[in-house]
Amino acid sequence: MDETISIVLFSGTDDKLTAAATLAAGAAVLGRPVKIFLQYWGLNAFRADRVTADHGLAPEAGEAGRAAVDAAAKAGQAHWLETLRMAKELGDVDIQACSASMDILKIKHADLDPIVDGVAGVAAFYINAGEGQIIFI
Amino acid sequence: MDIKLKVDASGLSCPLPILKATQGMKTIQSGELMEIVATDPGSVKDMAAWASSTGHTLVEQDSANGKFRFVLRHKLAQPPAPALVHPSERILK
Repeated sequence: MDETISIVLFSGTDDKLTAAATLAAGAAVLGRPVKIFLQYWGLNAFRADRVTADHGLAPEAGEAGRAAVDAAAKAGQAHWLETLRMAKELGDVDIQACSASMDILKIKHADLDPIVDGVAGVAAFYINAGEGQIIFI
Repeated sequence: MDIKLKVDASGLSCPLPILKATQGMKTIQSGELMEIVATDPGSVKDMAAWASSTGHTLVEQDSANGKFRFVLRHKLAQPPAPALVHPSERILK
């Protein structure tokens, strides 16, 4: 059985980034290799100059959702970037930026937070995913 | 019970309790005990799942006043791998 968990992170709002970081970190500490592939707005959120900025929430959050998320952050819930850093430190987590998304959004590797390991295309993504599960967020 | 390390994961939500547990286990030796306290109700099932998947043993667990306490024993070292047989010594069937 291939235990690799691959996460395609397309969305760039803080709630979805947090959900993705949680799934990645959980798999990592269970000892599973984790591959994260950043596309579009997920990739955009990893720009070094705005990685910890407010990335908003999914539209369904509404005002009540915003308040709930703010309260959780105030109560000390870890930022998704911090969760990902811990996941990388404790397990085998590889983060690759989608080269096509880089091109469309005019992002260079140097523009990204150093947590991003490299730039890859879709074929490399599938080869690395192997027979393991793929999660799209 | 000789607890080697105490970890406080109170107030932290999923997945931080199991991340803290993983961090803690990296600092103690095989056979030693770690106690971890969490307030996340999800940690009850999570800690058991994490222990069973990583090979550590959940030796004690209780809860009181919204706090969940776990005692985990660091997994014993892997038994030594069988000695490698030099290819020239393999018997071809």
